[in-house]
Amino acid sequence: MTDSSENQTEPAAKAGKAAKAGKADKAAKAEKAVKAEKAAKGSEAAQPAAAGAAGPPTAFLEVRDLKVHFPTDDGIVKSVDGLTFSLEKGKTLGVVGESGSGKSVTSLAVMGLHRASRQQRSKVRMSGEIWLDGKELVGADPDEVRRLRGREMAMIFQDPLSALHPFYTVGQQIVEAYRVHHDVDKKTARKRAVEMLDRVGIPQPDKRVDDHPHQFSGGMRQRAMIAMALVNNPELLIADEPTTALDVTVQAQILDLIRDLQKEFGSAVIIITHDLGVVAELADDLLVMYGGRCIERGPAAEVFSAPQHPYTWGLLGSMPRIDRDQTDRLIPVKGSPPSLINVPSGCAFNPRCPYADVPKDDVTRTVRPELRQVAGGHFSACHMTQEERERIWTEEIAPRL
Amino acid sequence: MTETTDDESKKIPPQQAAGKTAAEGPKDGPDGSGTPRQPAGDAEPLLRVRGLVRHFPITKGLLKRQVGAVQAVDGIDFDVRPGETLGVVGESGCGKSTMGRLITRLDEPTGGAIEFEGTDITHLSTGKLRPMRRDIQMIFQDPYGSLNPRHTIGGIVSTPFRLQGVEPEGGVKKEVQRLLELVGLSPEHYNRYPHEFSGGQRQRIGIARALALKPKLVVADEPVSALDVSIQAQVVNLMDDLQDELGLTYVIIAHDLSVIRHVSDRIAVMYLGKIVELGDRQSLYGAPMHPYTKALMSAVPVPDPKRRTDRDRILLKGDVPSPINPPSGCRFRTRCWKATEECATTEPPLVALRTGHQVACHHPELKPGESAVPAGAKAAGKAATDG
Repeated sequence: MTDSSENQTEPAAKAGKAAKAGKADKAAKAEKAVKAEKAAKGSEAAQPAAAGAAGPPTAFLEVRDLKVHFPTDDGIVKSVDGLTFSLEKGKTLGVVGESGSGKSVTSLAVMGLHRASRQQRSKVRMSGEIWLDGKELVGADPDEVRRLRGREMAMIFQDPLSALHPFYTVGQQIVEAYRVHHDVDKKTARKRAVEMLDRVGIPQPDKRVDDHPHQFSGGMRQRAMIAMALVNNPELLIADEPTTALDVTVQAQILDLIRDLQKEFGSAVIIITHDLGVVAELADDLLVMYGGRCIERGPAAEVFSAPQHPYTWGLLGSMPRIDRDQTDRLIPVKGSPPSLINVPSGCAFNPRCPYADVPKDDVTRTVRPELRQVAGGHFSACHMTQEERERIWTEEIAPRL
Repeated sequence: MTETTDDESKKIPPQQAAGKTAAEGPKDGPDGSGTPRQPAGDAEPLLRVRGLVRHFPITKGLLKRQVGAVQAVDGIDFDVRPGETLGVVGESGCGKSTMGRLITRLDEPTGGAIEFEGTDITHLSTGKLRPMRRDIQMIFQDPYGSLNPRHTIGGIVSTPFRLQGVEPEGGVKKEVQRLLELVGLSPEHYNRYPHEFSGGQRQRIGIARALALKPKLVVADEPVSALDVSIQAQVVNLMDDLQDELGLTYVIIAHDLSVIRHVSDRIAVMYLGKIVELGDRQSLYGAPMHPYTKALMSAVPVPDPKRRTDRDRILLKGDVPSPINPPSGCRFRTRCWKATEECATTEPPLVALRTGHQVACHHPELKPGESAVPAGAKAAGKAATDG
């Protein structure tokens, strides 16, 4: 996004006084940004709330028709373009997609972390509804969102080395995250930090609490991040590529940890990744994104055993599998992911889809497919009829995997 | 880089790639059973590495007194046979990238010997190494960092010709365009700059550059780890096709065990600067003998939610110890569930317990009926104490 560099200085300067510790700095920055966005948005924000009109949902987290667009010099980048999903407490949703499919932008939108600038031309345009526990977040007051952030919803970022502040000790950063939301003295907060570090499996937590992030190994940093995210017992935890930067053995440890912690705290978890193996380990439900839209959604077991979209087939075919017999060749998806400025008309996947000509009348290139129910909670956005898809899957794709 | 064009290099004709492929016989039979490709039997190895050591000194004080060393690579032996793919796996910090840089001689070893086609290249000078460079090429991990943003694609891919003073048939430009086509890019991309390409396309450019001089050995350091899943498969298939077409020998370094299994004929597992297990793909993945290999494989997430529960996963505790001060004896003992006193005192040698399958462990995982005494045993008889 072109605006990031020029806007960086402004909120940073403003946030200066709040910058007691690294995290405060970061939070404050985002906070100011949200405020600015809100101010700039004015009437726009009120609109979707009125238009949606469906009222508060029953699910714990519900996202309805979320759109996040970034105006740039080259045109509008439609990072997320109409995304709807819901998530219950105690459940895990896996969001899968390639880079640029809008998965991280979605998570930042839920967290209210999209930075908006004062300048008209480069501000974020967000619409749709995000309901968390009966509260709407897109049109909400940034201060209110800020109170929720960290307490009700927390996030684990991909790269723990850049997400942790290098200057402050791990303990200070966790203590700060705790004291923002709880009126306790430093001693109690520190005790809590040690307790959390112990819980996430850091050896000698009472000593390591005074270490700086660079003294931790990659896996331990990720554990410290998880400790920080969980220190306020959030009900929604978003993990954005939590294990991508880690080795397999450490990845297995972290995935185990996330699973255990979820059982213990009963929170809802969104896990964002490009690795189908990781979601298969954790997720109850699965959402496959492509070009800013959801193209397939359903219970993980079903999506893996009977996927209904050619892109999902492509993803499964591109992965070498350690649990199956050696295959001769991988079946890649041809071409590369689409530009989000010029999303192909019709189905965004049509230029790469080997079955684009199966439906008649060139409908794949002219009409955008909507999510249609396949069975139970399983939806797919494809023009092919269910019989066609099932036939192709069982006859052509499944035997080759 | 200095641009001395040595005259001697001109004399070397481009290799006959076609002749080599024929010798390798049929590869990639659609067997699906995982039969390893058969590279030219017991032929003379293309690359022979013996006791390779690389220690990075840690200095302290004004006089730069050496106070210790990062033992990145600490005594490894392996051969690479012509036409095969050797996969190297391990966690980050185990020395696999350093090993790659050593065998391409981008870095000079502290000890040991590297022989390429019978010539010792361990301590050759830059000038003497230059003719060798055309035979050993490298594909780098980061397609964003490995291409100069100020050079056009044509410039990048033709640099090897310029540096080596090679004038290909039909001119450099034509050859570069042929290479671009070979890796699945359009010849019209000649005058474009790297920023105009996606990650997958950039990696193809890197591959085109590596193949420009028709190398014999290509060392690929994490060639696909920076790419999206669907693009990864494209690049893996491309490398596979090029190997068939040009008779290349690959050393592929990666941390992804499923990718390594897909591309390799033989696999070396590294841990803290040592090779702990080395074997044919089928044997190694079918029945790993080293506890570390076993743990690594059980940690790979499987894209099948149904198998979430019925797998017995070995969770390793903690992290890899520091290579500055590695554990005594077997380096894996601090995380190993089978470790005994013997492991702390004696370093297990890398011995062949099965045909074409070597392991360095005092308590290897054996199939029933196998003995822990190596077939051609000279040492390690005492390792048989444990079943």
